[in-house]
Amino acid sequence: MEKWHDNRAWFLVLPVFLMVAISAIIPLMTVVNYSVQDIFGPGQRVFVGIEWFREVLGDSRLHDALIRQLIFSGLVLLIEIPLGVAIALAMPARGWGVSVSLVLLALPLLIPWNVIGTIWIIFMRPDIGLLGVLINGLGIPFDHPTAPLDAWVTVVLMEVWHWTPLVALLAYAGLRAIPDAYFQAARIDGASAWATFRYIQLPKMRGVLVIAVLLRFMDSFLIYAEPFVLTGGGPGNSTTFLSIYLVKLAVGQFDLGPAAAFSIIYFLIVLLFSFVFYQALQRIGTGDKPGDRR
Amino acid sequence: MARIHLKNIAHSYEDKPRAEADFALREMDHVWQDGGAYALLGPSGCGKTTLLNVISGLIQPSRGQVFFDDQDVTNLSTQQRNIAQVFQFPVIYDTMTVFDNLAFPLRNRGFDSESVRQRVHEIAETLELTADLNRRALGLSADAKQKISLGRGLVRSDVAAILFDEPLTVIDPHLKWQLRRKLKEIHERFKLTLIYVTHDQNEALTLADQVVVMHEGQLLQAGTPQDLFETPQHTFVGYFIGSPGMNFMPCALEGDAAIVEGQRIPLGQATLAKASGIGGALEIGIRPQFLRLSAQREESGVPVTIAAVEDLGNYKIVTTRLGERSLKVKLPEDEAVPSEHGYLRFPREWTRLYADSQLVG
Repeated sequence: MEKWHDNRAWFLVLPVFLMVAISAIIPLMTVVNYSVQDIFGPGQRVFVGIEWFREVLGDSRLHDALIRQLIFSGLVLLIEIPLGVAIALAMPARGWGVSVSLVLLALPLLIPWNVIGTIWIIFMRPDIGLLGVLINGLGIPFDHPTAPLDAWVTVVLMEVWHWTPLVALLAYAGLRAIPDAYFQAARIDGASAWATFRYIQLPKMRGVLVIAVLLRFMDSFLIYAEPFVLTGGGPGNSTTFLSIYLVKLAVGQFDLGPAAAFSIIYFLIVLLFSFVFYQALQRIGTGDKPGDRR
Repeated sequence: MARIHLKNIAHSYEDKPRAEADFALREMDHVWQDGGAYALLGPSGCGKTTLLNVISGLIQPSRGQVFFDDQDVTNLSTQQRNIAQVFQFPVIYDTMTVFDNLAFPLRNRGFDSESVRQRVHEIAETLELTADLNRRALGLSADAKQKISLGRGLVRSDVAAILFDEPLTVIDPHLKWQLRRKLKEIHERFKLTLIYVTHDQNEALTLADQVVVMHEGQLLQAGTPQDLFETPQHTFVGYFIGSPGMNFMPCALEGDAAIVEGQRIPLGQATLAKASGIGGALEIGIRPQFLRLSAQREESGVPVTIAAVEDLGNYKIVTTRLGERSLKVKLPEDEAVPSEHGYLRFPREWTRLYADSQLVG
């Protein structure tokens, strides 16, 4: 059959195009516009080319924030993904336990992010916080507002508490989707519990785990509200992650140009990492070469 | 390899079964002989898969015992029973190569790598998978995947039996035939006890020496394809086996004949001898192949009207009406069919009598 073209069909995608334009493309272009100008006030601006990019890329505070951010996201992924999978494996497959565990897991996900920061400030306080007092009671000095390491422990713990349930829920959905015949075949083949996990459950969960890794990477890389409430980026700059630094730059110092340049670089970093993760995870264990994915 | 004895087995998926209907398997006692090729035939939901899973140990029966030869295996795990089972949908380990898939059951049982290699190559040769051994199993076609599932059962040389649960469902028709022949070949070569679940009677009749028919959790009849065709023990077997199925009509007995719609249909001596004093709902049954249709009245012919004639190439199916009952007659292609009215003759040796669905004689 011969293909038939009617250019009026483009009108059908126009509504979506407009929505994307308003929600994403126009704001992004505004940022691009800011990033190449020096803005003194309304109506007073000078074109400066790539000046801000040069400045931002050479900013050692930004380098430090980026390194902290990478360590933070790396830690978060290393803890949350295996922990989430372990929780999913331990969850009951049927019966009343299913709803109970699903509700318990969903709770942290329902709490507003800045409230979570507040909860953990109080929870970890060395004088009245449940966990803070407990840790100090064990003879380990713990004071997250003043000790950088303690602040890190608190932020990572909070992040793990907040988002591991999401990984667990995704992994659980993946596990439940595996047909029974696989487990029956594994029993007939005499597979151990580990072999069943390694050769059936893990490969079958790959799809949802790719999504989990991407979501957790992006969200943890962009984290703002919780550490802002919890530590405000301190003590010193020890928990100043990229977005906290960005807001300081844009709102605190009102350096709109550098902040815009920073935003674009930030965006590109997230995009690049997500792409690399996606490509790598899609191919793990399939033996596919680039370009022949099915 | 073993003789499998299901001793008074019954199974219910409910914790506290009350009524008979709560049982997926009604109480049964059946022996599967060592080296036999059995087809387990029945409509969907009749308990075939449950029965298979009871044998392989994936399900613990609610009642009764399972014996392999003289050993009671009721409480043994699937792994300890050493059974091979192939499922409806091919199960392969996606991340492994074909070789590793086939080697998996042996490696799990701690075989050394040399005997694994030898055994896998032998089975791959039999199943014509040698060329694919180093490929990933994931990208293969459905029939190759199903061969791998089968291969994983066959690599263990000491399996007690190999169970198939409708293994050809997802296979293309032209490959079905090839795989079926392969299965038969393997059975003859390895002399394994083979139980093959299907709802396709052609598959059952071509593959098995013995066909076991199930319906609503009960074993209705086990026998050779010929037994099932000529002497169905139950009306369900009669119309489930054969195409079209057996004709059944409610009847009463009078003297040496069955009375159907006011017409006398004489019965054989052997049947009459067993029928004396029998009660319950009586029916007579006859295969469409055995009915004789003619235009003129012959000795003991019953007048019928011709309702429809279907020409199916090398034979014809004629639907006739006797009062309110309809009877199908299977005729050779070249035989003339009377136009409106005809006479049906019921050969005595093929006319069966049933009481409450069970064969009388």
